[in-house]
Amino acid sequence: MASAREPLLAAHGVVKRFGHVQALSGADFTAHAGEVVALIGDNGAGKSTLVNVLSGVLTPDEGEVRLDGVPIRFTGPMDAQRHGVETVYQDLSLAPDLDAAANLYLGRELVRGGFLGRLGVLDRPTMRREAVAAFGELGVELKDVTAPVTTLSGGQRQSVAVARAVAFANKVIFMDEPTAALGVVQRARVLETVRRVADRGICVVLISHNMPEVLSVADRVEVLRLGRRVASFTAADTTIEELVGAMTGSLDEPAHNGNHAPVGTTEAEDGR
Amino acid sequence: MSANSQDIKPTAKAPDAPESDGGRFAVPPWLRRAAGVSELWTFVILVALVAFFTIAAPGKFFTTYDITQIAVNASIYLVLGVGMTFVIITAGIDLSIGSVLVLAAVSAGEYNVHHGGPTAGWGTVVVCVVIALAVGTGWGALQGAVVATGKVPPLIVTLGGLGAALGIAELATGGQDPAGAAATHLQNSLGFGKLLGIPWMVILAAVVTALFGAVLGATRFGSHTLAIGSNPTAVRRAGIPVGRHLIKVYGLMGLLAGLGAVMWLASYGTTSIAGHSTDNLKVITAVVLGGTSLFGGRGSVLGTVIGVFIPAVLTTGLIVIGVQQYWQDVAVGVVLVVAVYIDQMRRKTRERA
Repeated sequence: MASAREPLLAAHGVVKRFGHVQALSGADFTAHAGEVVALIGDNGAGKSTLVNVLSGVLTPDEGEVRLDGVPIRFTGPMDAQRHGVETVYQDLSLAPDLDAAANLYLGRELVRGGFLGRLGVLDRPTMRREAVAAFGELGVELKDVTAPVTTLSGGQRQSVAVARAVAFANKVIFMDEPTAALGVVQRARVLETVRRVADRGICVVLISHNMPEVLSVADRVEVLRLGRRVASFTAADTTIEELVGAMTGSLDEPAHNGNHAPVGTTEAEDGR
Repeated sequence: MSANSQDIKPTAKAPDAPESDGGRFAVPPWLRRAAGVSELWTFVILVALVAFFTIAAPGKFFTTYDITQIAVNASIYLVLGVGMTFVIITAGIDLSIGSVLVLAAVSAGEYNVHHGGPTAGWGTVVVCVVIALAVGTGWGALQGAVVATGKVPPLIVTLGGLGAALGIAELATGGQDPAGAAATHLQNSLGFGKLLGIPWMVILAAVVTALFGAVLGATRFGSHTLAIGSNPTAVRRAGIPVGRHLIKVYGLMGLLAGLGAVMWLASYGTTSIAGHSTDNLKVITAVVLGGTSLFGGRGSVLGTVIGVFIPAVLTTGLIVIGVQQYWQDVAVGVVLVVAVYIDQMRRKTRERA
């Protein structure tokens, strides 16, 4: 069903150099609305660089990024956010002394109407109400949205960061190692949240090292190696061994797996 | 390590109910939050001090005269403390306030000297006020701009500012306080005037405090100030111009130092070039006593109000009960170190939670 669809977010032949280091050497990426795409790769494969390019932190030296089929060049993360592309950073990027509602609206605070609003007086009741609604939508219960986020558990903090991205993203959310610091139960909740977000038609791009997790939550897996996409799998049809093989390069023969997208082609996307 | 025991407790209880959750059911949330508010503890100390002196010197300490005197003495430090609260919340510091106050006072004073001296008219008074505020704001914003580059820590920027501002003031005056720096109009109105028995100095300080207390607590500006002290990277990623905000915060500090200069001229009639070298320490002490964290992200103007009054009450109280007032410095010093120690401990336990 997906093969006929225009990808929501696509990158073609992206090159990014840092001095003499070529972090990306013609990388491709494809993601559709409503799917969870895992981006995996060994250390130094270019995952972070690619995500930074796609989320507007870095501008590519060569290549093209398309959002909704339209070539786009973000001037910065804020520009990406204006286009409905949000990022959940690995460090969560929360202000620990502020409450959950204030963090949700950090930089996008709601102000009162009229004169008070022009003075920048915050509309806290609305922000709190909306925050409770936003958390509820993700199935997250916070006992107290007025408590500083530093008093929350790791999972709850994660939820605040995710909720912030979800509340403002209408296209793509990048999540960098969203479960790395979490316990088993919290991890399950975050993954549940990821699934729920994708079900709302948003594309979630997950960067992860955890192979079982990738296979359990992602619809597709894109593998980067040495600055290029070397494979693209449907999560349901692949195995950890296969993923690791693609990451490390021991499965380089394209014929090995029918589900395997040859290097540099995008037309060969698997139908999902 | 004492922090270890705090670390272990929640883990040990984790299977049934985390300790904090247990407490949440037993204690009403408002009480739990109140107990967590550092202003409350400082306020308790202040009330205890007042109670102690009232009992130790019955009929002598808690008189209208004493209260008025304490309030007038505290009003300039309060105005400076309000600005310092904003600066410290951004995880910054401003050591230059005393010098900026002197520079602003000298700028305004020199203008006054050449435009009528003590008998200058209202027009001159208004110009002097504008000069003092402008010089303070300009100097503060300049320091903020250097801090905003992120290349020089605020401690060093404002330490440099402390020397430079004082130096310029001394160059301009030859190191002598100019005679006729304050107009009689200014002294008789703001300096000694009262409204319904309340000195104008106190009213002005109260208005400034209430205004900027509301700015910190209820506006986007205040929220961004707290957020910058809490996690500047997150704030930057959220698209908030951190550098520009820091310039505003240090500019606000300068503006209030300029206002402090006006208040000083009004009540003492002279620039007191040599008399402001410890303003920074007094004000920073008050802000930190008030529960504002030196590490940024947390603090309140209300706390600073309490923090300003503790040393003021101590000084007056010790004089009234006949103890050498120098004990005040000892007591405040000890309390300050304890306050920061507690702040550090809280931060550590919080971060491990």
